[in-house]
Amino acid sequence: MSALATPAETPALSVQSLTTVFQTPKGPVRAVDAVSFDVMPGEVLGLVGESGSGKSVTLRSLMGLIHAPAQVSGRVLWQGADILAMPKKALRRVRGGEVAMIFQEPMTALNPVLKVRVQIEENLAAHSQLDARQRRARAIELLDLVGIPAAERRLEDYPHQFSGGMRQRVMIAIALASNPKLLLADEPTTALDVTIQDQILKLILDLRDEFAMSVVFVTHDLGVVAGTCDRMAVMYAGRIVESGTVAEIFARPHHPYTRGLLGSVPRGGAERTMLTSIEGTPPSLAVIPQGCAFHPRCAYAVEHCVAKRPALERIGLGRMVACFREAEVAAAGAPV
Amino acid sequence: MRAIEAPPQRSWRSRFKVAGLPATLIVGGLVLFASLVLAVVPSLFAPYDPAAMDYNSILAAPSLAHPFGTDSFGRDVLSRVIHAYTIDMQIAVFATTGPLIVGVIVGALVGYAGGLAESIFGRIVDAVISFPQLVLVIAIVAVLGPGLTNMYIAVGVIDWVFFARLVSGEVKVQKRLDYADAGRAMGYTPMRIIFRHLLPNAITPAIVYWMTDMALAILLGSSLGYLGLGAQPPAAEWGVQIADGKNFMATAWWISVFPGIAIVVTGLGFSLFGDGLAELMRTKK
Repeated sequence: MSALATPAETPALSVQSLTTVFQTPKGPVRAVDAVSFDVMPGEVLGLVGESGSGKSVTLRSLMGLIHAPAQVSGRVLWQGADILAMPKKALRRVRGGEVAMIFQEPMTALNPVLKVRVQIEENLAAHSQLDARQRRARAIELLDLVGIPAAERRLEDYPHQFSGGMRQRVMIAIALASNPKLLLADEPTTALDVTIQDQILKLILDLRDEFAMSVVFVTHDLGVVAGTCDRMAVMYAGRIVESGTVAEIFARPHHPYTRGLLGSVPRGGAERTMLTSIEGTPPSLAVIPQGCAFHPRCAYAVEHCVAKRPALERIGLGRMVACFREAEVAAAGAPV
Repeated sequence: MRAIEAPPQRSWRSRFKVAGLPATLIVGGLVLFASLVLAVVPSLFAPYDPAAMDYNSILAAPSLAHPFGTDSFGRDVLSRVIHAYTIDMQIAVFATTGPLIVGVIVGALVGYAGGLAESIFGRIVDAVISFPQLVLVIAIVAVLGPGLTNMYIAVGVIDWVFFARLVSGEVKVQKRLDYADAGRAMGYTPMRIIFRHLLPNAITPAIVYWMTDMALAILLGSSLGYLGLGAQPPAAEWGVQIADGKNFMATAWWISVFPGIAIVVTGLGFSLFGDGLAELMRTKK
């Protein structure tokens, strides 16, 4: 079951057959289809895919943030307990307490009418025993920790008074208020400038070390994955098609989609080469192709791929792929 | 060449600003402030006792002694108009504040819950808005009996629906935004998310409508007073006064006209203030 587990450790988070189906006027849409992965303590896992591949929905589903009309099934084991089946009270302790989440667009994820101090202190009030004075002191400490200059003065500011990067830092400060053991990051750098992106990524990694957190990083940016993640899982049309350590996957992709993604990223330093692109567009989740969802865009596709959907199979230690022709793809080596 | 963005089009009213505030807000605010002062201490400004009858000047035309004239009992119309501020401003505030509070709370809960609660609420809204408000209020007062208290009850039973509808719509929009999800992801209780996070972002239209509603309440209150279902004579209330003068319109127009002007001015004050408030909130966003 556990896709990325090495036998010696127990995972901090274990997602098992997570499936999210939205009921739409055009019929059910499987945005997340039987997704399973594990996150080890202190590990950074990257969840990679194009827009609409279901990576953000996966993250929201495992936090129980999906709005009706939608069904979420499967199990999300957080230190042995299923988040999806938890009583509300226990869930409130886990969410925001042990598991924190940061969002793509820090402007909309912060409450526009509440001061930053109020928003940090609110999380402290919900998840710690600190009194009012201690909460204020801790709020200053947190803003300081995420690298906001003049933290004490900025405490009384509203979100709109911060720049994009600073807002994301505020968001991170709020999320960290409760010393979470797992941080879920939904494209935290997508809305930011490249220079700011780098700072935020470094910050998250530093904080990972400091708090001994695990991190699940949702992104479409392979550069971000290469720079920050230990392991990665590639999603396509709501399913995981390949997973393993970042080093192994970058060196030797076994799935043609992963190979295509890697080939479409420019690399510095190397000789000038043509960038490849993946032909076609990702399928609408309402009409996922028969068999392997990737077959219409796949250069390796054979008849068998149209008829049958390949299962996610183990091909090595902590290495999984869902492709009938993974051997041929791997033999072709890394693109570029 | 570089692209030049057209300045956003604004209404003519918003161009008039005093000290950075919309002129409507200031004018409306001044009218309301004056109205409130008159309502709280009418005897400071009224030249006569509003109930004192002067048999030597019955139906007297406006003069220096009686600037607004006198009515058929020889009571000073100016004093009665001023004293009526107490009742009519009370109607404005009392008849709308309860509905505001109830409507905001119900609207926030319904908007957040959605589903069945929303469907039931939707049917209540349909039921209420399918009647003209005045007709519904008259019907309820007719059952309960005339008087101010029963009028408050009648208005309250209906009016909260309008506030609830406004707030539930706004909350429905707000609850889909990331910060609401962030609140859930932070493990906050639904009540905290609704009232601490969503409501402050959703309440503005309700506050603006509250101002308009107070103007409507004054109109409704004086309509009922005129019909004999609201404030009861000999109380000084604009609707009652207009009714008092209706038989003398041809010979003593001042009995009805001055209370009518008071209604218009006060109603306009609330409306302008509400407009200015809306303008202010828009520019703030």
